[in-house]
Amino acid sequence: MSDITKQSLSELVENIKSKKLSSSEVTKAFVERSENSKELNAYITEDYANALNKAKKFDEKPNLDLKLPGIPMAVKDLFCTRDLRTTAGSKILNNFVPTYESTVTQNIWNEGAILMGKLNCDEFAMGSSNETSFFGNVQNPIDNNLVPGGSSGGSSSAVAAQLTPITIGTDTGGSIRQPASFTGTVGLKPTYGSCSRYGIVAFASSLDQAGPMAQNVKDCALLQEVISTYDEKDSTSIDFKRNEYSKELTKDIKGKKIGIPKEYRVDGMPKEIEDLWKKGIEYAKDCGAEIIDISLPHTNYALPTYYIVAPAEASSNLARYDGVKYGFRAEGENLIDMYEKTRSQGFGAEVQRRIMIGTYVLSSGYYDAYYLKAQKVRKLIKNDFDDAYKKVDAILTPSTPSSAFKIGEKTNDPVSMYLNDIFTVPVNLAGLPGISIPAGHDAKGYPLGLQIIGKAFDEQNILNIAYAMEEKINFKNNITDWWIK
Amino acid sequence: MTKDKSEYLINRHDNQYEVVIGLEVHAQVTSESKLFSTSATKFGAEPNTQVSLVDAAFPGMLPVINEYCVKQAIKTGIGLKAKINRRSVFDRKNYFYADLPQGYQISQFKDPIVGEGKVILDMPDGQKEVGIERLHLEQDAGKSIHDLDPKNTFVDLNRSGVALMEIVSKPDLRSPDEVNAYIKKLRSIMRYLGTCDGNMQEGSLRADVNVSVRKKGSKDFGTRCEIKNVNSIKFMQMAIEYEANRQVDLIEDGQTIDQETRLFDTKKNETRSMRSKEDAHDYRYFPDPDLLPLEVSDDFIENLKSEIPELPDEKKKRFIEKFKLSPYEANILVSDIETSNYFENVIKKSDVKLATNWIIGELFAALNEKNLEITESPISAGNLSKLINLIKDGTISGKIAKTVFEQMMEGDKDPQKIVEEKGLKQESDPKALEALIDKVIDDNRDKATEYKSGKVKLFGFFVGQVMKVSGGKANPQLVNEILKKKL
Repeated sequence: MSDITKQSLSELVENIKSKKLSSSEVTKAFVERSENSKELNAYITEDYANALNKAKKFDEKPNLDLKLPGIPMAVKDLFCTRDLRTTAGSKILNNFVPTYESTVTQNIWNEGAILMGKLNCDEFAMGSSNETSFFGNVQNPIDNNLVPGGSSGGSSSAVAAQLTPITIGTDTGGSIRQPASFTGTVGLKPTYGSCSRYGIVAFASSLDQAGPMAQNVKDCALLQEVISTYDEKDSTSIDFKRNEYSKELTKDIKGKKIGIPKEYRVDGMPKEIEDLWKKGIEYAKDCGAEIIDISLPHTNYALPTYYIVAPAEASSNLARYDGVKYGFRAEGENLIDMYEKTRSQGFGAEVQRRIMIGTYVLSSGYYDAYYLKAQKVRKLIKNDFDDAYKKVDAILTPSTPSSAFKIGEKTNDPVSMYLNDIFTVPVNLAGLPGISIPAGHDAKGYPLGLQIIGKAFDEQNILNIAYAMEEKINFKNNITDWWIK
Repeated sequence: MTKDKSEYLINRHDNQYEVVIGLEVHAQVTSESKLFSTSATKFGAEPNTQVSLVDAAFPGMLPVINEYCVKQAIKTGIGLKAKINRRSVFDRKNYFYADLPQGYQISQFKDPIVGEGKVILDMPDGQKEVGIERLHLEQDAGKSIHDLDPKNTFVDLNRSGVALMEIVSKPDLRSPDEVNAYIKKLRSIMRYLGTCDGNMQEGSLRADVNVSVRKKGSKDFGTRCEIKNVNSIKFMQMAIEYEANRQVDLIEDGQTIDQETRLFDTKKNETRSMRSKEDAHDYRYFPDPDLLPLEVSDDFIENLKSEIPELPDEKKKRFIEKFKLSPYEANILVSDIETSNYFENVIKKSDVKLATNWIIGELFAALNEKNLEITESPISAGNLSKLINLIKDGTISGKIAKTVFEQMMEGDKDPQKIVEEKGLKQESDPKALEALIDKVIDDNRDKATEYKSGKVKLFGFFVGQVMKVSGGKANPQLVNEILKKKL
């Protein structure tokens, strides 16, 4: 059975459609591998028995016209799932069971997929290493004691270790692309407004986007095609024409103009990242693309801007976790005491740090200097991209300034941790789509990713470029199953 | 205190103080569903039965603006002759409270949907214009119930997320009477528009009252205090009176007034400090990232303008010009849309002058006595119209009409039938009246002789006798004429 979990999503779909495999066989294989992989701590909540039941039901009356027929899948625990605990990686939602389903996951089930469980993530998606989760660290299957990136660390680990054929994450400042890069997998952050935010535990509303994470670009395109829908329940959802991304996928990118932003050559960037980027430029040229040097002059301000805007929104979004209505409550002498105890016991240190930063930057007397200024800079960053896209069709950068680091290596240095998002954050601030694809290894053999940034609503174009480059790069993930005893 | 020339001033020693008042009225938008969710808004439902996942702020739930509430706010803005902003922004007002599930209230801070406007008040000494600063849309909070249990507070979220319009006046009001007139006018305009039912008992209309005082003639404003959440006009007036006197006393005593938020204790009739300026919440307003700025097109606004009914000021003007009513009568009849509708229904088929008198006089008195609204009137406009026609065409006298009216108040009976059944029809047949009069003169020969010898005062006696014998039904005019001839 072990070769089932080695199959890509596209292969599994093909095999189920041609009745070479049943949903039960596939589900059982992934459940077994997940059960053997507890060491990775990729799951927060397992729902295997239900998954196997659903697979059985699917097989009794299979609808093979669906896009994800009987495909088992685990999802990031930031998506609310009806009748299955949803924690956002936090103690404060430890026992929260939604009565409703997020639009993105509903879209997935509507296409025949089957939920296996909820994947670990940084608490409220605040982190770059999955170390802020109340449910503990996640291991990167690449190497023992290595972080899988964050915040969608459970998702990246599970896809890389083949515990799930495919998954979804959320990306507020890089939370899909950075973990994809750290685990040698593909991750797409769609255009803001492409995927509904309804039913996703909010971190920073103006930046949050759900997106697919997969073993390869084609699978990624298929899942994007399933999850991206216009949704009236999300006022920021945008009604635009969505492609059938997997069907329209092409490796023909001849003549595409790809921009190389000089500002992404940051101080202290390791040579291997610089080399990877150069290699990427060569691959793109090999594919027939034209390389153009561009400038994104306000790149330097992206990280500080992000660390004002995101905490500001988070400080308000997380106010609802107050012990009054649902979730964890600590008893207190009175209302204020109950609030203080609930929130200081219910939230972890990183979440509390960001709530405090956010509260500070919105306070009267500081609002203009921080929040308002950050909004202005955000506009300038967006203008940078708009200007660049007058000359180019897409932009190529490294996904991260380094490969995956060791668990515990950066936990006491939040700023160094925040610097991990330096290449991904500007994309969220500008609301653009970005995809990370695996492109090589560093000296330790850890994966490194390249990021392709597109124009708004131009997911098809960056998927095509990624698809073409993927073939040239011919990346192989070196996973030894070290965690399976 | 003096009220000369209807000026409201507070006298202390040799100083006269003027009171400056501004109101922030919270008016519940008439709407089937809430501002950002599809939950119902009915008053008086069982606790927590009109609460959606959005209202209770469940994780991942998002607000979606209710277009109907936006239309209602714009209509109200049009009714206040105000500037409608093509672009407005919803902000989050952040604070913690048990009945505020989101931990913030969605409101409009810097860019409200409606800008400056005005309201005209009809005061005894003439008209007064009160400026409107702005109108914005916001969510109501839930309700904390502290008196059901000695230890616990209960929360009812039925009201959570209900749409409110906050209507902020300029500090143009100068007396409790003006406040009374302002609230009533605002209420009247919104009821005409159907945008707020103005029901103060149900909390559909409440106000924060800003009060300051200054020496008469001074151009500068004094330090103001805000009295929170007053829910009746009477309490507003009492609170203002108390608060203004408190401030004057402080000034006369050489003390300063602290800018603060105060509560009105209706039992003790006093205001009390709730929190000082230093303790004021920092609400950390910022644009709600879950909602895009609200943009409305000129067409959208023009369409709404075409739906605006005739408003009280215009109706009053029409009543005066077309029906020749006095400004006083017109004011009373237009103050409430239901009253003006009733009036217009009555006069469709009957005399305007009589209708005006009967509505303002008999009907209002009778309704008042029974504590009924015009909409609950036992006498329909159609039947009142019939009654007036019976008077007008001489079928019954005004006096008999009052008897008939009393019976109509017992249930909406057709006045025609009452007159027939009880035989109340006025006797206007000269021959029948002559016979009646002959008999009265016959029976009172001595008095007739006295009359003829010059005791003219006895004429009244004969009229009275004829009316008595006729059971009040004799046409008084004809009786007069015939009697004069016969005597």
